[in-house]
Order: sequence, then C-alpha cells, then structure tokens
Amino acid sequence: MDTFSLLAQGLVTALSPANLLYALIGVTLGTAVGVLPGIGPALTVALLLPVTYKLDPAGSMIMFAGIYYGGMYGGSTTSILLNTPGESASIVTALEGNKMARAGRGGPALATAAIGSFVAGLLATLGLAFIAPSVVKFALSFGPSEYFALMLLAFMTVSAAFGESTLRGLTSLVIGLALGLIGIDQLTGQARLTLGLPNLFDGISVTTLAVALFAIGETLAVVATHRFGGEKVEAIKGSVMMTREDWARSWKPWLRGTAIGFPIGAMPAGGADVSSFLSYSAEKNFAKYPEEFGKGAIEGVAGPEAANNAAAAGTLVPLLTLGLPTTATAAIMLAGFQQFGLQPGPLLFATNAPLVWGLIASLLVANLMLLVLNLPLIGLWVRLLTIPRPWLYAGILVFATLGTIGADGSTSMLAGVPISFGLGLLLLFGILGYLLRRFGYPIAPVVVGLILGPMAEKSLRQALQISQGDPSALFRSWIAIVLWVLALTALLLPLWLRARGRGKVLTQFATEED
Amino acid sequence: MSSRDLRAGRTGVDRAGLVIAAALILAGLGIGLATWSGGTVAMNTPIGPKTVPYIIAAAFLLLGAFTVAAALRGDFPERERQDWPPMLWIIGGLVVQLLTMKTAGFAISTGLLFAATAKGFGRGPLWKTIPIGIVFAFLIWLIFAKGLQLTLPVGTMWERLLGSPAGG
Repeated sequence: MDTFSLLAQGLVTALSPANLLYALIGVTLGTAVGVLPGIGPALTVALLLPVTYKLDPAGSMIMFAGIYYGGMYGGSTTSILLNTPGESASIVTALEGNKMARAGRGGPALATAAIGSFVAGLLATLGLAFIAPSVVKFALSFGPSEYFALMLLAFMTVSAAFGESTLRGLTSLVIGLALGLIGIDQLTGQARLTLGLPNLFDGISVTTLAVALFAIGETLAVVATHRFGGEKVEAIKGSVMMTREDWARSWKPWLRGTAIGFPIGAMPAGGADVSSFLSYSAEKNFAKYPEEFGKGAIEGVAGPEAANNAAAAGTLVPLLTLGLPTTATAAIMLAGFQQFGLQPGPLLFATNAPLVWGLIASLLVANLMLLVLNLPLIGLWVRLLTIPRPWLYAGILVFATLGTIGADGSTSMLAGVPISFGLGLLLLFGILGYLLRRFGYPIAPVVVGLILGPMAEKSLRQALQISQGDPSALFRSWIAIVLWVLALTALLLPLWLRARGRGKVLTQFATEED
Repeated sequence: MSSRDLRAGRTGVDRAGLVIAAALILAGLGIGLATWSGGTVAMNTPIGPKTVPYIIAAAFLLLGAFTVAAALRGDFPERERQDWPPMLWIIGGLVVQLLTMKTAGFAISTGLLFAATAKGFGRGPLWKTIPIGIVFAFLIWLIFAKGLQLTLPVGTMWERLLGSPAGG
C-alpha cells in the first residue's frame, strides 16, 4: 500500500470519537503545561504514564503526541508575554517576541507563532508520513551491530555534541546508563546492582526518574535561588490579528524554519533548541530590516517557532521508525510504548500498522486543534501565568507524588516503619536533579541513558553472541562503520572546536531539559 | 534556564568540583566492586551480564579523573548563592511524606508535603495550608484512585480504624 492510502486509513482511526477526545485532552494539557513555567512536555508525559496504564495503547500514544505538540505551542505564549520560556526550545522566541509584546504588538507575535507552528507542524507531519516508510525499509536491513552503532551515535549527539562541556554531558549520560543497569538482567536473569533490595529487581522506572529530575530538581533549584515572583506578564494590547505586512514578513520565515527544523529533528542530532537557534540566525541574515532584530522583529518569532515545531515532529521519525529517542520527551514516549508491550521500530510498522498510522494522522488532527484552541483562548492561557508560584509548585509536587506512586507503589521497611519505596527514590533522584542543575550538568542525557542503555547493551551482546565473541563483527557492514565514524565525530569535533576557542557556538545550542 | 545565566569562567580550584570527582570515582569503585562480588550465572556466552557494568565502572573512573582536572582548572560554571531554609522545607516535606504515606495514607501525607512546599515558597501559615493541602490531596485521591483506578494508599491507620482492609 502506498503512503496515501495508509495515511487515509490512519485518518479514519484518528477521527474516531474516542481518539479525537484523547487528542483534545492531549493538546489542552500540553498547551497548559507549555504555558506554565517550570513544567515541560517531558515531565507531563512522565506524569501521565502511570495514569494511562489502563487506557488503550493507541489512545494514550495519541494523547502523548498531543501533549508534545501542545507543549511546543504553549511555550511560545510564555516567552512572548513573560520573557521566561516555559520550555527550552522557546528561549529564542523570547528574544524578539517579548520585545514585540512590550511594544504593544503581543497579539501579532502570538498569532505568527501559532500560525507558524501550525504550518510547520502540518508540513513536518506530512514529511514524517512520507519519509517514514523509506527509513523503515532501510532499517529492516539493520542487525544488532548496526543498531548498537546507531545508539552509540544517539548517545554522543545527546550528551557530548552540544552544550557547554563534553565532560559534563558524558557524565550525565553515564549516570543514566548506570541507573539503567539496575535490576534483573534481561538476557540471563541475574540481578545487578540491586543492593539486595527486591524493590529494585524491576529496575528504575522512567516515570520516577523523569519526575524526580524534572519536577523535584527544578522546584528545589527555583526555591533555592528565589527565581520566582516579580515577573511581569505583558498585557495583550490591541488586536491579535496580523496585518497584511505581518503576513508578508512571516510566511517565508515559517517555511525556512520548517526546512531547518525538520531535518535537524529527524536526524539524531539533538532537540528542538538547536533548530530554533539556527533559524534565528538564518532570519537575521535574510532579513530586510536587520536593524529591527533585538527590538522586536516579527521574523525572529515566526522562524524559530516554526523551526521548533518542525523539529518536534522530526524527532518522531527516529522514534517511530528506529525506536531511537533523541530528546527526553521522546525517551519517555518510548517508555510509554514499552508499557503497552510495543517496541517502536521498523517492525512496528509491519505488525501494528493501524496504530502507527493512526498516531501519525492524529498528529495532523492535533495540529489543527491547536490552531483553533490557541488564538481564541489566549486569554485563558494568560490567566494560567498568574497562578501564584507557591500554589503552582505545591501542586506540581502533589502530581509528582501521584505519578511516582502510580509507577512504583512498593513498600519497604525502614527501622520497622513501612515507607513508600518509590517516594524514597523520588527524593534521592530529586536531589540528584538539583545537583545536576546547580553544577551545570544537562538532564536529558540521564533520561535517554536510562531508556536507551539497556537496549544498547542488548544489541551489543546479541551482536557478539552471533559472532561468538569476535569484536570485529561490530564493524563488518558499511552502515555500521559510517555510524561509528559519525559518533566519533560527534564526540571529537566539539572538543576540537572548544579547544580552538570556538565553543561559544556550541554553548548557544545547549540542549536543556526538553 | 539555569545554567545559561551562570556562565563565565572562574579561576582557582573548585572544591565542589573535587567533591563531584570523588563521588564519580566512588561510584565507579562501587559499581566495579558490586559487580565483581555479585553471583555468577553459568553461561557460555562471550560477553555476559558483568561486561557492561565493568565498562560503566571504568567510565566513571575516567570521568572522575577528568573532573579532577576540570576542578583544578576551575572549569565549572559560576554558581548562584543558594538559600538553604526554603529548600530544607521542601526536602523535609518529601521525607515526612514518604514516612507517613503507607500509614496515614495519600491524602494526609501529600497534604503535609503541599503545605511544606508552600512554606518553602514563603506562603503560610501552616495551620491554614495543611488543611487546604489535605482537602486538595483528598480530591486528587478521589479522582485518581476511584475514578481512574490508580493504586494510591488509603493508609493502614484508616484501614484499622474503619475495620476493613479497603483496597485501592
């Protein structure tokens, strides 16, 4: 069957009332958390994992994808009106968007962000639909050694390639990999690093780790530095409508942003932030009025917003076709698939085509919903920004508890008192998350390491089992060799650039929490 | 958000950096030792369940060594001054919660966490925020435990008091 008929079938799935409802819940929640400072899409999906345990797989995945897209939309609202990005990919939007809002042009800024996100989301999702089948065909030829090399590449791009320091990125990754080792070994049944605690036999749950690192770690970091309160929400003055000139100045940046964002998201090359920074500098070069940049140029909002949405859709290409998550949110979505016994990758397209294509089609639906939901309801979203911080963070911690107990409700005895083991881990990893933030270690590699580590180990061991221990089997195919070379480049090139004092460029692209 | 504002190098030895390096080296030694002393499952595969843990242990030692060098160079981002009391309120709230969750149940223990967090952010007094927190947590419990069938502890205290080992 060709892509069109598969996509059409997917649309039928996506348009069923139940799935429409899941998509609506997803985009609403996603927008809300995107708007709220302190919570990103990664945390929201992690919190919802245990709650969706009893729902149907297609519905839950549709909801998660809605959250991912919604979070990208919502983040722009916060950066434009508050100058505090709700999620990291929106940092660039704050540069020009907040200036526009202060100049009384908040409405058109929000509009160009929303419409640009829609255009980019639409094109990138279609891109996903058309690229996925060929990637799948290619990936079907992959054996364990190719997969291992591919995961190695993902490890390097997620941890070492971007950010301030290769050393700290790799340290975060290794912490994640070590946590991934805990539990019963999949292949031999041997308990590893469990300290003899039966509670650890099942391993560390992704929900617990992600919730602790993102919710508890962030809350501690915020409260310790008093980075709350005192922010000014810019009122939206005048109309949200864009003028003819705004349209004329926006449409090219939307398309350029999409063209930059989608490939970056689709390659295992880091998340949405990279693409929005690239798009910003591209728009600066192309701009008719470069002098407006830094004072509220609409191109500087339109391009990066399109780019980060396109990149978000792009990250679904490696996730769905190869089972390879390249951002924290994608890693947690992968855990969501695994919770239902599904393993994303080329085989999923063959064994569970209706689910995959339903998911892709529902992304188109979610994207349309977001456009309809966003602009008319902007007043409601702005109200979310005015929730007092004490109540907001207290609420976040209550939900963090809920998600953790849902994921790991086991009991442990401490000096004769029954305590909640999951909450113990939550506290421990929460403090870890705070320390990582305090000393400039990135968070995403820890989460990606936890999920991808066991998968990489399995591929490595399978590859060596087939070759009966001969390590040269890892480099026997051209694909594997190319991937190894790319992984080494992703590790060594940034080191070389930094040594030559060119590290600033990479720091700009630092991939933060989402 | 955080690290971006705290860049710019500092000179001199970073003591906290040395502590981090020590922690990494300890983690490496710990993982290596735990793997070495752990039981062995008989098998005839070239690469067993202990290989990757040894690699990770070695990676920790290596990263620890590089971190020592980075700390000696003062190669860490500059840090903001931290205000400890608010943080201790939240950590304290989490400790109280994990100790009381199983006995007092979700609503009370989470209500206490809610109040402690609000206190950390400067909102009080506790005699007002604790009841608010308990009511809020109880509503959450109703929605998720009863509505969505998530397993949230009722609390052994209540089960004993009400005489029935109520599930859910």
